[in-house]
Amino acid sequence: MRNPQLDKNGGLQHLLTIDGLPRDVLTAILDTAAPFTEVAEREVKKLPLLRGKSVFNLFFESSTRTRTTFEIAAKRLSADVINLNISTSSTSKGETLLDTVDNLCAMQADMFVVRHAASGAPFLIAQHLAAMGLDHIHVINAGDGRHAHPTQGLLDMYTIRHYKKNFGNLVVAVVGDVLHSRVARSQIHALTTLGVPEVRVIGPKTLIPTEVEKLGVRVFHDMRAGLKDVDVVMMLRLQNERMQGALLPSPQEFFKYYGLTADKLECARPDAIVMHPGPMNRGVEIDSAVADGPHAVILPQVTFGIAVRMAVMSMLAGA
Amino acid sequence: MLPDAERLCADLAESMRQGLHPDTALVGIHTGGVWVAGRLHAALGLKTPLGSIDVSFYRDDFSRSGLHPQPKTSDIPFAVEDRPIVIVDDVLYTGRTIRAAMNEIFDYGRPSRIDLAVLIDRGGRELPVCPRWAAQTMQIEPGKSLQLERGETGVLTLRLIDA
Repeated sequence: MRNPQLDKNGGLQHLLTIDGLPRDVLTAILDTAAPFTEVAEREVKKLPLLRGKSVFNLFFESSTRTRTTFEIAAKRLSADVINLNISTSSTSKGETLLDTVDNLCAMQADMFVVRHAASGAPFLIAQHLAAMGLDHIHVINAGDGRHAHPTQGLLDMYTIRHYKKNFGNLVVAVVGDVLHSRVARSQIHALTTLGVPEVRVIGPKTLIPTEVEKLGVRVFHDMRAGLKDVDVVMMLRLQNERMQGALLPSPQEFFKYYGLTADKLECARPDAIVMHPGPMNRGVEIDSAVADGPHAVILPQVTFGIAVRMAVMSMLAGA
Repeated sequence: MLPDAERLCADLAESMRQGLHPDTALVGIHTGGVWVAGRLHAALGLKTPLGSIDVSFYRDDFSRSGLHPQPKTSDIPFAVEDRPIVIVDDVLYTGRTIRAAMNEIFDYGRPSRIDLAVLIDRGGRELPVCPRWAAQTMQIEPGKSLQLERGETGVLTLRLIDA
């Protein structure tokens, strides 16, 4: 079966997950994002690439950063952006996901940016569009359940490449609530695909998925051992809203063992960078002194995210 | 027999020397136009730093052929507002690239004027674009593409290839 994200010429048709995307596609996205960063410096922060296109932000789960940066990206590309806050609209009146999509297609949608609590929802939409013969409509996954958040993974890779230049000699640690994190899964697939030789995951046994080693990572339950000599620390948010049952004694105890403090960060390389996808829980997974400290590149991640999303939207719209 | 590109750069600089405002900025179009602009900038001793643009984000064939792979970062290291600008390109053909370049420049500000300098004007215009300076005019059949190349030693040469 063909990768559902790629068209028959190997071009990007949808962006649903990083898993299974060839390295050259990932590299092409990062290369394309670079010139978009310069647009933010201009008097007129606008490019004509998506002029006349309608981008629908379909957020079935709340989001501020991701939705806003997608909106800015689409607007800087001159698209018309329509934000649908689904929790207050038709779905609550009983409409199915695909009925909502069909209605938006009837409004001449060109692109859907989808966030959904159910893993696979963006894939379902892409599959539906293909069945309807609507190949000119593109889907971007903006986070689905515990599955994937590909543009976050890509902007993280862009950030790493910006500061570390290449991936070939890095040790990268993904720290915290890996179990519930779609961000972690996208990061791990991106890191291994781009050739990072050592990817570690660090967290308590209750928050590390079983058999995660099969993704090509080393597992550490001791934070100091896991952070030893790493170049990049990728913190994850503790996802309290997705937790069922007693996975953690308390946020305080989590912070004691897995919260990133200046003291623990000393185990990493002196030039290590610290990343976080946001929103941060200060004092739970990261100490304020680190979040605001010299190693943190958390706000540049947000800025790069706009350029990466512009690149993805342009590559899809031109396909 | 194709003309010597380095010679054309020198000729172009000479023809431009008279009548250039001291605040003039050169903007080369990636990739060949940037090389030519670099030659002109040195030969003319301009004090405004050299600009470069990649018009991939402004091309009119985006909806047909998509985004060109590996776009370069545009770099306009001077204030565009009220400044005379010369767009520099290697080969002028349909004029569509120049239209895109002018659109891009206006997103940085309102220049006082824009002129166009090219190494070769090969005819075949599809838009009302006319260079103020062209080092050479030559007829090239539509199926061919005239390309500027830079060798390992940095020397510029012209090559005719099948488009």
